[in-house]
Amino acid sequence: MIESSWMILLLPFISFIGGILFLHKQPKLAAGFSILCNGAAMVMALILAVGFLSSDDTGYHALAHTWSYDWFAITDTLTVSIGALLDPISIMMLVVITVISTLVHTYSIGYMENDASAGRFFPLLSFFVFSMLGLVIAPTLVQMFVFWELVGVSSYMLIGFWYHKPSAVAASKKAFIITRFADAFFLTGIILMATQFGSIGFDAINQGATAFSSMNTANPSFSLEGGAVQVFTALAAQEGSAGFLGLNLLSWATILIFIGGWGKSAMFPLHVWLPDAMEGPTPVSSIIHSATMVVAGIYLTARLFPVFAVAEYTLSVVEFTGAITALFAAIIACTQRDIKRILAFSTLSQLGYMMFSLGVADMEHTAGFTASMFHVFTHAFFKCLLFLSAGLIIHSVHSNDIALMGGLRKKLKGTYFVTLLAVCAIAGVPFLFSGFWSKEEIIMAAWSNGHQCSAIIGLLVGGLTAFYMGRYFFLIFHGEYRGDAHHLEHAHENKFMLFPMVLLAIPTIIAGYPMLTGHTFFNTVIPQATLPTHPDHSASWIMPVAIAMAIGGLLVAWLKYGRRAVSFDTPSTNIVYRCISNKFYIDECYIFVTKKIIFRCVAAPMKLCDDYIVDGIIHSSAAIMRGCAAVIRHWQNGQTHVYLGLMIIGLALLAWFGGAL
Amino acid sequence: MNLTACLSLSAILFSFGIFGLMTRRKIIAMLLAIELMLNAALINCVAFAYYAPAGADTDVGSILPIFIVAITSAEMAVALAVIVAMYRKRKVIDIERLEDLHD
Repeated sequence: MIESSWMILLLPFISFIGGILFLHKQPKLAAGFSILCNGAAMVMALILAVGFLSSDDTGYHALAHTWSYDWFAITDTLTVSIGALLDPISIMMLVVITVISTLVHTYSIGYMENDASAGRFFPLLSFFVFSMLGLVIAPTLVQMFVFWELVGVSSYMLIGFWYHKPSAVAASKKAFIITRFADAFFLTGIILMATQFGSIGFDAINQGATAFSSMNTANPSFSLEGGAVQVFTALAAQEGSAGFLGLNLLSWATILIFIGGWGKSAMFPLHVWLPDAMEGPTPVSSIIHSATMVVAGIYLTARLFPVFAVAEYTLSVVEFTGAITALFAAIIACTQRDIKRILAFSTLSQLGYMMFSLGVADMEHTAGFTASMFHVFTHAFFKCLLFLSAGLIIHSVHSNDIALMGGLRKKLKGTYFVTLLAVCAIAGVPFLFSGFWSKEEIIMAAWSNGHQCSAIIGLLVGGLTAFYMGRYFFLIFHGEYRGDAHHLEHAHENKFMLFPMVLLAIPTIIAGYPMLTGHTFFNTVIPQATLPTHPDHSASWIMPVAIAMAIGGLLVAWLKYGRRAVSFDTPSTNIVYRCISNKFYIDECYIFVTKKIIFRCVAAPMKLCDDYIVDGIIHSSAAIMRGCAAVIRHWQNGQTHVYLGLMIIGLALLAWFGGAL
Repeated sequence: MNLTACLSLSAILFSFGIFGLMTRRKIIAMLLAIELMLNAALINCVAFAYYAPAGADTDVGSILPIFIVAITSAEMAVALAVIVAMYRKRKVIDIERLEDLHD
């Protein structure tokens, strides 16, 4: 099975090519075909995962390259190869992506049933999945970058899927430009990595970094081969060097690479594209937020974790970014009214968790790493479920505004039930739900590794999460209906849409249990290094506090929004509230910077230069030619005598210069 | 008579030819002017052959003009045929009204 794992990548691509070439006029066939392909990929990924879990020992599983092909050589020692790399985290991601893609494709049948362009939708969705799968199994930075960009392009096409809506077009451009801005840094980081450390393969980089770190801890038992030796030597050589601006080269390279993930994972302050990306169809939002796009940045950081850990400051940057984003997004989510925006900000906040969890780990204490990957795994399912249910709700009441909902529990019973499960999972309701386990693991890892500040932010954000998810839930499903009664009449649950939601409810609950068994699947990607350690449970007060925060948050939400009818008539005049509900005016800042500063001070002079210098040269050369032509044209009047005369003069001149006269 | 006189005659004839070619408007008159220029060239040819230094080969110089006269008459016949055909089609033999070259 391991040998044919590239088929997992190929199947969504076949679905894309087949759909876009032959089936775009037949939405039903396109849907069936893509579900078939993605379902097959899912089955293969599951078989792969089961095989992986049941294989040999409990230790770290060797990185398995199933195939590799040399693409081109940059120098004698640096070859760019494409291939597939299977290890615990890539297999985990393969499972998450294919499962969610299959369910989202199924859901889309119901969601897109009245959309004329559905035949275009399914192939594009498959293409998105293909790009993300390629990113996940990439064994080199270059291949990852290629698929990274493909993810960007396909998200652009899907966010702007309804291209006749100006807001969708603007949102897709925003997503594309912001992630591209971050990708420029990513590319610089890759080049720096390749030139200074002589390798772009994850194996070589990680092994070299692991060896380097274990050398520092006086445990020099390692054997290296190939590119890893080069990386190791380069790391050892640059240690203690002053570097540039107080950071050494390794920190520069890793931070630049991390900025790529920063943009893709929508960390503050590059988060602005993610809430706007809601303009796309809801299945797209659901897949972006759970499996395909935003976790790419987390995945990148996890993939290069050993080298990030070796570099000075890099993990601190990761931790700081993550913690700020988690808190910032959670605060905003408490004030939003658009159902999908609330979920978008909650995704940001959860991504912040995953990020700072990576940041608090190091090579000796890998619990944060494990917890982060665990949270990626659990979050994918319940966030996908939340978005799918939001899509169904929007489909039913024809509005995104939670001020126009309420009391939907009577009409949408199935949705009510599965959303309740997902809300409990994300809020961290104890013991039964997956989200509780992963979140608690993150906070525990942060605390036990001495990052108390992040742990406290994590606890606080846990309470905020419970509050805004409670608010979300009570405003939508409880109380009295506040919207147009006409829509409520026709509200129903499409079976294609409900079915995947019910299926997703299963992992929403059980995805947390593998942690209890302590299985290697979640352990580590770090090769031949220290054995994974579980967080020490000395900080046993954390779990009760986390539970109290979750329950407290939900309780406050119930008191404020669930118990009695809520009025949205009078907008709040509280300045703090207004500032938060306008997302701290970050978007306005960006617009100010771009329109007032960049456009005026940079773009306008450039335009002048363009108009008068570049265009000026072209225009004046054209004018000279035109002037000459006007003179010559004058002689070509069709009068044979003129031609004859010119001919005679010409011959005479020729004879003159030839010396005959 | 000497070579200079012959060449002068030829030059004068050639100049008349050019003058005629440039000033006449009727195509037939221009044809005559061309004929004049050609004959000027032939006079040169014969004169050089006649006044050639002793021992030089003069055969080509004296025989070639006869061939040229023959070929030119054939050429003129073709040219006249073209002019007649054009006149039939366009009803014009004034060169200044035949401006089609300009497109």
